[in-house]
Amino acid sequence: MTDVARGEELTKRERLTIDRQEMPTRDPGERSGTFAEVNLGFTERLAMLEAQRCLACKRATCVEGCPVMVDIPTFVRQIEDGDFAAAAETLFRDNTLPAVTGRVCPQEHQCEAECVLGRKGAPVAIGHLERFIADWARGHVHEPPLTIEPTGRRIAVIGAGPGGLTAAGELARHGHDVTIYEALHTPGGVLTYGIPEFRLPNDIVQHEVGRLQALGVHIECNVVIGRTYTLDELRKGFDAVFVSVGAGLPVFLGIPGEGLKGVYSANEYLTRVNLMQAYAFPEADTPVLQGEHVVVIGGGNVAVDAVRTARRLGAQRASIVYRRSRPEMPARVEEIHHAEQEGVTFEFQVSPLAIEGNADRWVTGLRCIDTKLGEPDSSGRRAPIPIEGSERVIPCDTVVVAVGTRANPLLTSSSPDLALTNRGYLVADERGMTNLPGVFAGGDIVRGSATVILAMADGKRIAGTIDEYVRATSVEVTPR
Amino acid sequence: MTTESEHAAMTEDGDPSVAGTAGYEVISNAKLSADVHRLVIRAPRVAAVRQPGQFVIVRLGPGAERIPLTIADSDAEQGSIVVVIQAVGKSTSDLVRLAAGDRIDDVVGPLGRPSDLITSGTAVCVAGGVGAAVIYPIARRLAEIGTEVITVLGARTSESVLYAEEFASFAELVVCTDDGSAGRAGLVTDALREVLATRSVDVVYAAGPVPMMSAVAAVTKPLGIRTIVSLNPIMVDGTGMCGGCRVTVDGVMRFACVDGPEFEAHDVDFAELADRLGTYRESELTASTHVCRGSA
Ligand SMILES: Cc1cc2nc3c(=O)[nH]c(=O)nc-3n(C[C@H](O)[C@H](O)[C@H](O)COP(=O)(O)OP(=O)(O)OC[C@H]3O[C@@H](n4cnc5c(N)ncnc54)[C@H](O)[C@@H]3O)c2cc1C
Ligand SMILES: Cc1cc2nc3c(=O)[nH]c(=O)nc-3n(C[C@H](O)[C@H](O)[C@H](O)COP(=O)(O)OP(=O)(O)OC[C@H]3O[C@@H](n4cnc5c(N)ncnc54)[C@H](O)[C@@H]3O)c2cc1C
Ligand code: SF4
Ligand code: SF4
Ligand code: FES
Repeated sequence: MTDVARGEELTKRERLTIDRQEMPTRDPGERSGTFAEVNLGFTERLAMLEAQRCLACKRATCVEGCPVMVDIPTFVRQIEDGDFAAAAETLFRDNTLPAVTGRVCPQEHQCEAECVLGRKGAPVAIGHLERFIADWARGHVHEPPLTIEPTGRRIAVIGAGPGGLTAAGELARHGHDVTIYEALHTPGGVLTYGIPEFRLPNDIVQHEVGRLQALGVHIECNVVIGRTYTLDELRKGFDAVFVSVGAGLPVFLGIPGEGLKGVYSANEYLTRVNLMQAYAFPEADTPVLQGEHVVVIGGGNVAVDAVRTARRLGAQRASIVYRRSRPEMPARVEEIHHAEQEGVTFEFQVSPLAIEGNADRWVTGLRCIDTKLGEPDSSGRRAPIPIEGSERVIPCDTVVVAVGTRANPLLTSSSPDLALTNRGYLVADERGMTNLPGVFAGGDIVRGSATVILAMADGKRIAGTIDEYVRATSVEVTPR
Repeated sequence: MTTESEHAAMTEDGDPSVAGTAGYEVISNAKLSADVHRLVIRAPRVAAVRQPGQFVIVRLGPGAERIPLTIADSDAEQGSIVVVIQAVGKSTSDLVRLAAGDRIDDVVGPLGRPSDLITSGTAVCVAGGVGAAVIYPIARRLAEIGTEVITVLGARTSESVLYAEEFASFAELVVCTDDGSAGRAGLVTDALREVLATRSVDVVYAAGPVPMMSAVAAVTKPLGIRTIVSLNPIMVDGTGMCGGCRVTVDGVMRFACVDGPEFEAHDVDFAELADRLGTYRESELTASTHVCRGSA
């Protein structure tokens, strides 16, 4: 590691001699016993050193890789200069939840994938720098109270996940009166109930929620739209509605044995642990089965979160069973790497056939078959083909199914006029408006299961069109 | 565009985000039998729209479990709902200890689909134990809309017969107790068989312990009488997000919190339901004997 003195402008060559700085992490041995965050964050020195690597490209390709076009060269340069307050200001202009995205964005497919340094060596650690500034800002920056003139327009946001939270913040900054309705008892959506503490501490999410409340956003938990209120009632009570209910309906495999005791959807497993703090049972009241041998079916972030959770709950063996091979795993590379360090085992190109149980109907194993990739089909994808005679049983006492989620029909079925795709997702035009005037939608309920930053990008963009819409349609300000 | 009143109706009372009014106030708590209490809770948004067959999920406070409870009754004017709780474990025991004026952090609902009610003909409503509180709103609404209602109420002893007077006020009532201390001695299924032998019945509604609902289904199936049961699997979110409440109905996986809780009894896999309810038996023992937490 070369340490380059600050104070004078570095040459490109000097910049290129600096190695990518590694994120300090909690010791893997210690990790599997705790839900504390794995990544410890850059120190100021590490952050400034890493920032020195950036070439401040004129045509900054990294920015094009970011769905919200964060002005990366500028904020990285401000870090290099030690002006963290300015860096925070730059960052928050484009990204309302940088403490979250710095931690959970798949940077290797987005901003960092497009960094020029990545062509020959390691890209700038943009995600780690983003996280550094967001964390620094939490301790140092206090948003001045909003001085914007209230518009008198009222907007309802359904769902307090990243999409809804981002839209609400933007709309409040435009001076609108925003109410978020959330079905669960805590806001945050997947950030709260799904993504575990060791990747994204809940305090960080709740801090962001607090910032919104300081902007005047009302958050009403324990309200299920489609049950407590209907979408039509909200349309009457508000000038516009933004639907960001996510895609939270768990998919099961449809194989025998899914009704056995010891089988969970990843949503249930993670919700028990994250939202309900089952890891603290019996200090907290909600239990979760603490399997000795846990098998998680799936290969995305959700599966990796579940398997690492299992290790932390005390599983002696925790395995991922994935039907494709490692390079196809959609999970973030950093998390797969962390999972390996934590002793998670992987079974690739394996297809589950049935979950087996004993006479008391407790899980005893996962019957599965090895597969090879066949010829590309009409869609160009190579389908896994079972290898005859390779059937076997992986012994386990807990199975977590993490093979995806779909649109939850709870809201949409109570609003039959709302146009849906044939898979139950909402249809929105380029402004983010559904077929119902004044009803907008974004995030996973439109895109299918996607990412935090895409949900946020939707929230931000559509907040802009909602602003235009309500200013154009509701001329009079409601008398107080 | 938006009128003040329409908007106010949505953000007003019961709003936990309003400073100083966090939570849902317990208006009263009455003991109905040794382990069953009737709580009236201020939850105006739920009270305004709830229908028979629906339930709420309550969470007492930080660290508490989310547990489902049927809405036995409501008063939209007063903005209150009634839940009847049998103390069977940690969470239900904590709830029945609340006094008037105490607050419950979270009450969400109404959840589940409203009951599928027949509007004419004759219905038999069968309840076992605390299932009386589940059947009560159904039976009452049936009577209101002109269906003839016969209620069969089962309990262990006379002391644990719930809502007998209320049922008697609008329906024909048969009470059965295990020991014969009230009504007739025997099981609800015996009484049901007699009713079915003498009357022409269109639908049977049943709620109670799983073995009882299963037994009711076994009685009505050969007679070809449509039977609807209210299932009570373990739940977490109540919105279709976790799949923990999955039950098998007619060979298909259904989520009781959003597709139910009522299903056609003859299609329900009761053995699976009964089995899955035992998933946390060991943990529940730990929870109910664990005393170091200060809150309860
Ligand atoms: C375990 C897990 C790990 C993940 N890891 C990553 C990652 O590392 N990086 C990444 O970029 N993405 C990740 N994702 C995906 C990402 O979390 C989602 O794409 C994102 O959260 C979608 O945001 P959203 O705002 O559309 O919806 P959600 O986050 O799903 O929020 C929707 C909210 O709406 C509420 N709601 C639903 N229905 C109603 C209703 N009828 N009334 C009121 N409220 C309602 C829900 O309770 C929820 O709070 C992960 C997902 C999971 C499940
Ligand atoms: C839709 C629905 C409506 C319900 N309505 C009512 C109601 O109106 N009044 C009421 O008293 N109860 C009702 N229940 C049951 C109630 O939710 C459970 O008794 C409660 O969750 C138990 O929590 P606990 O921590 O006190 O007991 P635990 O310690 O969790 O359990 C104690 C015992 O109860 C059993 N048990 C656990 N969960 C359930 C369950 N869901 N149903 C039946 N037995 C269970 C356990 O196997 C164990 O033997 C309803 C359940 C559902 C799903
Ligand atoms: S928001 Fe995500 S993609 Fe954009 S710069 Fe930050 S980490 Fe990269
Ligand atoms: S592409 Fe890489 S080196 Fe160039 S500005 Fe972006 S982060 Fe810096
Ligand atoms: S309780 Fe979670 S899906 Fe029904």
